[in-house]
Amino acid sequence: MIEFRNVSYSVDGKTVLAGLSLHVARGETLVLLGRSGSGKTTTLKLVNRLVMPSAGEILVHGKRNDQVDVIALRRGIGYVIQEVGLFPHFTVAQNIGLVPKIERWSQDRIRARVHEMLHLVGMGEEFGLRYPRQLSGGQRQRVGVARALAADPAILLMDEPFGALDPLTRDELQREFLALQQRLQKTVVFVTHDLREALRLGTRIALMEAGKLVTALTPNEFLKSSDPWASAYVRAFGDGLEAAANRGVS
Amino acid sequence: MNVIRFLLQNRMQVLELTEEHLWLVGWSTAFAMLIGIPLGILTAHRKQFNQPVLAVANVIQTIPSLALFGFLLPMPWLGDRADRLAILALTLYALLPIIRNTYSGIIGVDPAVVEAGRGMGLTESQLLFRVELPLAVSVILAGVRVAVVISVGLATIAAAIGAGGLGEFIFRGLAMVDNRVILAGAIPAAVLALLADFGVGWVERQLKPR
Repeated sequence: MIEFRNVSYSVDGKTVLAGLSLHVARGETLVLLGRSGSGKTTTLKLVNRLVMPSAGEILVHGKRNDQVDVIALRRGIGYVIQEVGLFPHFTVAQNIGLVPKIERWSQDRIRARVHEMLHLVGMGEEFGLRYPRQLSGGQRQRVGVARALAADPAILLMDEPFGALDPLTRDELQREFLALQQRLQKTVVFVTHDLREALRLGTRIALMEAGKLVTALTPNEFLKSSDPWASAYVRAFGDGLEAAANRGVS
Repeated sequence: MNVIRFLLQNRMQVLELTEEHLWLVGWSTAFAMLIGIPLGILTAHRKQFNQPVLAVANVIQTIPSLALFGFLLPMPWLGDRADRLAILALTLYALLPIIRNTYSGIIGVDPAVVEAGRGMGLTESQLLFRVELPLAVSVILAGVRVAVVISVGLATIAAAIGAGGLGEFIFRGLAMVDNRVILAGAIPAAVLALLADFGVGWVERQLKPR
């Protein structure tokens, strides 16, 4: 579905990413785990070409992503960021319906889709007429997810989407994400620095450190791994990780 | 009281000069928006143009207005008609606030919003017209408002080169040492500035994103 082939990225002589090779299979949730500056966000942005690699290539749906139309590529990939980035001058419905609108869907189809998306993320139709500033942080992020899913992309890129939320709301959204993913089976690349979140949401965890991929393991493998970086993470997060890895709906 | 009587007695001429004044201010503001807003967008998107463009606009702003009118006088075609010349000079003065506010307005749009838009697959022009400009519009119009108010004041100087406008009364009054005549030009000009300020402010509020 997505494949990185020996990808490097450097800017102003500084190497952000070096020799990354990674394959993301259809329907899996690959979590990019690492500290700030480890290159995980850059890796994510390489997929929808918000960043162009200095070397190597990225394949999306089996095609090099620099050989397809960038606008079409991005419209086929949902993108959710921590700051959400809802358009403040649009209502919730207009935010969700924007890509369908510029893709020239009919009014009725857009309206139906907006309602469907609102229900999908657990919000009522009455939210459609509100403006983003009238929503709570958790509601905003739900709308962000609804907007990313509106044009039914096969791939979803999520950059610390729940990072700025309070623990209760985060837990709620993580649970909803799991339920949603079970239904929709999107190919998801998910960036986080929270091991607990990674274990809970990921089908595979790609650990990054200083611009390099350290290892990519399933949550249970990750917990038992003897890799020094992986075990350092496990130690730092302490007890109770098994529950998260086993999809414990705590 | 004398001033009011003078204004009433000469109301046809006051109206005519006000009309000329509006002509000068209207065209120069329109041209300044036509040039200034694209330049402001350019400087916001291409940072390397920011310094040179603002530097030129700043330098223009520092030229005394009377001197600028004088400099432009010998220019071919333009120099033939005083009103063209005045419109050019006023346009140059109106550029700085419009460029600067367009730049600040666009730069001030939340980067997360722009990034989300780009990531969703908006083209650069969709991003500009659907996201950046609507969100920057009130800041841009605040710049236009400043430009209009400056222009209404500066346009009185245009009478010195024969471009007409309410400055005619002011210069005539100065020559005649008659305060009534000076005020007959100055008061309508001040009222015009206030009305323009109010008018653009109203448009600004209508267009402001909620």
